[in-house]
Amino acid sequence: MSPLNVLGLTRREFVAAGVAAGAGLVVGFYLPHGNTSKKVFSPNAYLRITPDNKITIVVARSEMGQGVRTALPMILAEELEADWKQIEIEQAGASTLYGDQTTGGSASVRTTWDPMRRAGAAAREMLISAAALTWSVPRSSCAAQEGSILHGASKRRLSYGELSTKASALPIPTDIPLKQSKDYKIVGQRLARVDTPGKVKGEAVFGIDFRMPGMKYAVLSRCPTIGGKALSFDDKESKKIAGVGYVGKISDAAVAVVADSVWGAMEGRRVLNVNWDDGPNKDLNTAAVMEALKQAAAKKGASLYSVGDVAKATGRRISAEYQLPFMAHAPMEPGNCTASYSGTACELWAPTQVPQDCRDSVAQAVGLDPDQVKVNVTLMGGGFGRRLEHDYAVEAALVSKAVQSPVKVIWTREDDMRFSTYRPASLHQLSAVLDGAGWPVAFTHRIIAPSISGQKGQPGPNGVDPDLPDEAAFVYGLPNVSLEYVLAETAVPLGWMRSVYALQVGFASESFIDELAAVAGKDPLEYRLHMLSQNSNKDQDISYFATTWHTARMRGVLQLAADKAGWKNALPAGRFRGIACFGCFSSYMAEVVEISMENDVPRVHRVIAAVDCGQVVNPSIVEQQIPGGIVYALSNALRAKITIEKGRVVQGNFDDYAPLRMDEAPVVEVYAVPSAEAPTGIGEPSVPPLAPALCNAIYAATRKRIRALPILS
Amino acid sequence: MVVQASIPFLKHMADFTLRVNGSEKKVSVPPETPLLWVLRDTLELTGTKFGCGAGLCGACTVHVEGSAIRSCSTPVSQAAGKNITTIEGLGANGLHVLQQAWIAEEVPQCGYCQTGQIMTAAALLTKTPNPSDEQITQAMNGNLCRCGTYERIRKAIHRAAGVVAAGGAR
Repeated sequence: MSPLNVLGLTRREFVAAGVAAGAGLVVGFYLPHGNTSKKVFSPNAYLRITPDNKITIVVARSEMGQGVRTALPMILAEELEADWKQIEIEQAGASTLYGDQTTGGSASVRTTWDPMRRAGAAAREMLISAAALTWSVPRSSCAAQEGSILHGASKRRLSYGELSTKASALPIPTDIPLKQSKDYKIVGQRLARVDTPGKVKGEAVFGIDFRMPGMKYAVLSRCPTIGGKALSFDDKESKKIAGVGYVGKISDAAVAVVADSVWGAMEGRRVLNVNWDDGPNKDLNTAAVMEALKQAAAKKGASLYSVGDVAKATGRRISAEYQLPFMAHAPMEPGNCTASYSGTACELWAPTQVPQDCRDSVAQAVGLDPDQVKVNVTLMGGGFGRRLEHDYAVEAALVSKAVQSPVKVIWTREDDMRFSTYRPASLHQLSAVLDGAGWPVAFTHRIIAPSISGQKGQPGPNGVDPDLPDEAAFVYGLPNVSLEYVLAETAVPLGWMRSVYALQVGFASESFIDELAAVAGKDPLEYRLHMLSQNSNKDQDISYFATTWHTARMRGVLQLAADKAGWKNALPAGRFRGIACFGCFSSYMAEVVEISMENDVPRVHRVIAAVDCGQVVNPSIVEQQIPGGIVYALSNALRAKITIEKGRVVQGNFDDYAPLRMDEAPVVEVYAVPSAEAPTGIGEPSVPPLAPALCNAIYAATRKRIRALPILS
Repeated sequence: MVVQASIPFLKHMADFTLRVNGSEKKVSVPPETPLLWVLRDTLELTGTKFGCGAGLCGACTVHVEGSAIRSCSTPVSQAAGKNITTIEGLGANGLHVLQQAWIAEEVPQCGYCQTGQIMTAAALLTKTPNPSDEQITQAMNGNLCRCGTYERIRKAIHRAAGVVAAGGAR
């Protein structure tokens, strides 16, 4: 009974040391609630157990449809040995307790896997100790099972709630045993998402649905020209609109119209007359942007990865250029945020992927300290990276301060389309050297693109965009490889859009490999499988920045997708297929796309997707995310294109920026490689292989190579 | 009941009686106000969503006299006096068979478009109790989903149609 020898230590109201240090993410103290009694067992910031046997798990990432409110608690509940039916979920707002709360980079599961497991395991061990102490039996004779501790010999049982008070007096263990994957009862199960019923009943509260007494509504008139400013405005007509109470400049480039209703604010803006200074970009257009990329290509870039010497490789040299346009995220819920500013505090209700950025930027904008800003995170009607920006939160706070009233800022669809932060347009120069048998011995990829983080004032070392380490790996074991990033500049606002640079890099790289296979007269699957083990005729580990990629795992997904697609079998007349694979966010993905051509337009019938994302936490969610990414990517590949004319974004709504509808949606089959490795990303990895697999299928059908997206431009 | 916001400029306002989910609501709003905003802001029925404001995405779909309409593009004046059903009133006795099917097929991801999808599907099933794939596509093609849930929507509609055909509750 040695673990109990420290009994008598003063129980702290918070926890910090043990679990926090082990987790590496949890810092500071946790004071669960103002009315907290000592009866609440809360060994760490993620968990509370009360004597009424209620177990609350806190989710410190944002739910935008990817299932984090279900997946993250499952991880903790597994180690806790909880009864899943007992669990209640609480959404964390911006906090100092959880480290970086950014929801992006397909990182929620992979970065909270350890802290959530340790949080659950620490509590489990303390509950076992509490039961052993209660029964005066050895700890080793007690076991945690479905929300209770059992003493097998005497068949006694105490629920976690019953043990919570005693457990809260125990020290936090520092050496916490974690379960083996073979013993998992919750992780790996198809548990229903906790957020589904509210979403089908219309009860789920998205940011746009939040309301509070006395709340007013605002829409903003923003300078339509990139980088322009509002010189003056005439609100005479606006003030005639029913309910419009306030019109005022809230920044250099935006005038807010505030009303008692959304419609009043929209109408007020419609008739608002603003005198704009179009600024330095008034002649900017898409052709100039693409020309700037070509100019930048003449520069030497920064090396991302280099092995061997591509210049010295001898054989047949093949080269090609690929290019991609700007794209917009266009989540279904337009931008919005509610703010209530009081002079000494500001509270936000934000559909956001970055609650901490909202807090910090709002504090600065309205002249408060960050701890005077409270951020509540609502559900999001899609994120896709658009809600990694927090412009709407700052706007809401500024307007609330201006009118001294709670305000909800709402963006229209046109606002969303024209004032987004766009996936960077990019240019790709690829070349390869083939040996006498047609196999590549050298591969060069020059990525010419503006830097998203660089534009936001946070460039990476050597100007390399800090996203590229997660999104531009080349997972083939060739003897000579050079990946290079060439920084280009653009005035067009840039943002992180689902899979970020992996979409561009994957499209160029995997299309080009198909070109090489065609030149060599080899089957595209066999060609890739050969490339994955070439040079040493065995599988390799490839270190790319902080990630080690294993060619064996890429072979695994390629082979799995091909097998499930029946790659070796002939297709019915008029059907064609293409294949591609890509690794990003530490996951491996391969897709086979099956199409027919109808009047020169590809029709995608079926996509077979294979993923290796390590341990699958919830197969149902993986089976949602992968088709979701594929449909998103198919939209991108077929039509997504944001163009600039006279410094303004041309597209405005779902007519001229037209996402995929049901009539074009393929059937998607998802297969996951069984794995007990730590989980890796799942929200984004299915995006990059889709466009190249599709274009490779189009090549198979037409012998025409598509080197620029979108396909239907 | 009269629901009225505090509005300083009343000259454009008009009174309407709306029959929403079986009960009468009196509202005083500008007559050109889209039904969507009256439902959301005035009547606090926020299950009906704003997506595009132009009848292009279907997130705002409600029923007027049983037909699926886009409430973002329907002035309140045109809906006055007619029977309006929103997602909140779709399942008169608990969950509608489609809502049950949506849960069973785990359709929603972000979920934002799903209430509009369900309202469109409900109008389809009323007229076409056992729709073919083609009929489903035709009926649902006006409803966008950026999470890409289309195939699960199709499965859920077939499932609901099957339940109804087998004598399950509407």
